[in-house]
Amino acid sequence: MKTIVIGVIGADVHAVGNKIIEYTLTKSGYNVVNIGVLSSQEDFINAAIETNADIIMVSSLYGHGEIDCRGMRDKCIESGIENILLYVGGNIVVGKQDFTEVKKRFIEMGFNRIYPPGTPIDEALKDIHADLGE
Amino acid sequence: MANYLLIDFGSTFTKLVAVDSVESEIIGTTSDFTTVETDISEGYQRALAKLFSKIGKKIEFEQVIACSSAAGGLKMAAIGLVKELTVEAAKRVCLGAGAKVDLVFAHHLNQSEIKQIFDEKIDIILLAGGADGGNFETVVFNANALGKAGIKIPVVYAGNKSVQDEIIEIFEKYNMDGHICDNVMPAINVLNITSAKEKIREIFLKQIIEAKGIKKIESEINKVVLPTPSAVLEAAKLLSEGYLEEPGLGEIVIVDIGGATTDMYSICSSSKRSDVIIHGLEEPFAKRTVEGDLGMRYSAPGIVKSLSEREINFINKDKGVDIVNEVNRRYANVKLLPENTHDEFIDQFLGEMCAYRAMHRHCGRIHEVLTPMGKVFNQTGKDLSDVAYVIGTGGVIINSKHQYQILRQTTNILHNPSELRPNDPEFLVDHNYIMAAMGLLAKIKPLLALKIMKKHITQIRGNQNEISK
Repeated sequence: MKTIVIGVIGADVHAVGNKIIEYTLTKSGYNVVNIGVLSSQEDFINAAIETNADIIMVSSLYGHGEIDCRGMRDKCIESGIENILLYVGGNIVVGKQDFTEVKKRFIEMGFNRIYPPGTPIDEALKDIHADLGE
Repeated sequence: MANYLLIDFGSTFTKLVAVDSVESEIIGTTSDFTTVETDISEGYQRALAKLFSKIGKKIEFEQVIACSSAAGGLKMAAIGLVKELTVEAAKRVCLGAGAKVDLVFAHHLNQSEIKQIFDEKIDIILLAGGADGGNFETVVFNANALGKAGIKIPVVYAGNKSVQDEIIEIFEKYNMDGHICDNVMPAINVLNITSAKEKIREIFLKQIIEAKGIKKIESEINKVVLPTPSAVLEAAKLLSEGYLEEPGLGEIVIVDIGGATTDMYSICSSSKRSDVIIHGLEEPFAKRTVEGDLGMRYSAPGIVKSLSEREINFINKDKGVDIVNEVNRRYANVKLLPENTHDEFIDQFLGEMCAYRAMHRHCGRIHEVLTPMGKVFNQTGKDLSDVAYVIGTGGVIINSKHQYQILRQTTNILHNPSELRPNDPEFLVDHNYIMAAMGLLAKIKPLLALKIMKKHITQIRGNQNEISK
């Protein structure tokens, strides 16, 4: 069974979407490790190491995702999980910005999949299947 | 007739408590120096003779039960993967089993770490790592490393269950004394203490007490059942929860300041508030922490070690003492008993420092996080603010003329809003030093142990004006 670590990063307490993601991924046959809201980069990475996770899926709804996610890939490399897939989605930047620009910035930060506001989790599910070769 | 004799083979003293079960009363308590280097029964016989002369006659005991922390106690190494997760879980299991955690390692073991296991004369290794179904590479690597190094002491495996079979093979391949139990952290932030704790106790009774020279005395006593800290934890749980129709005291904290360590026990849930978000590894309801660098004698130098030179100068000036000299004197002569007011004053001061610091490390923290949705509270560790009683035990507290001053150090005297210390507890003292003994008695006569504790663990002595201030 493939393992996915999910959670809401930073000083963000949006819990509803987090539960929906947990429900959908679990129903689709994944071992979901939900670390919940107000989680730090380290919380995600520690959980991923202990559970031998394949994907870390970061949610951010409050606009400060870009600051919260900075340096996360570097920490993964330092922690020995350099090959882990990093997904991020939600309202990940401040205000209404051109999403192609946003996507570019997050790719430069080392994220593999970046989702704009309002993306249904089923869409990400297709990418998960593809990325995990299922 | 039903008399019970409870013995605590401590690192310095062998303490005896005799109990009459018909009267539900303590017949007498005595102590003498522990003689583990020569023959542990010498000290025991001397203490027993003292007890009989105190009572004025020889009496028979239906059962004689002992706990021990002699010869360094139960020394353990806790090995895990990530510091905040399986390493912390492994450490908590060791502490909960009454061990002293001398070594703590994360990730792949290296040669110098394995050498430390030999050098420190560790009794048992707890090997953890990986949630169930999670990382297995590290724990397999570590088991192999221990095997190759020729580790022959008991190794308790409490890691990822998915590689249990591989671990058993490694144990067999290197002819190791391996034991398998449930994962200490089966899922992220879930703590599972019971199975590993029971296994450690079992090994302690079967193998460790023999190595510690306590087996010699087994003909004279019925059994050694627990490491001393574990007995105190049992007593604390009983005193808190009550037994059948006899109510307990509710949520309590116990501070035990000894010569070598300061132990802190809290029996309470980790939070009662609904407005906080709790982070980190699950906290045990009955939690024990041990501070190996805080103690009145062996560990007295540790108290000043973490102070800056400026702080030391301030204390020296403020109290009119040479604190460094005083702690070194206590370290050099661990049997020192205060004979004058000056020594009493220093011991009092050191006791207060131990209580303050040990609580600082035991209690949880709360932090305000400002989010676009308003203020949110983020909690890590245990919230002790509503604890009803703080109970003091250990020589320095029991003998202090200002017990209140030591115990109040566990509360939030500095009004540090982030530390979740007890807010307004009542203070009690284990005046007759019976907690460990009652933990032993609790194994056979819980109701009796509870009644005796409730009778003898009572209000602090001393100046009521000082207390009401």
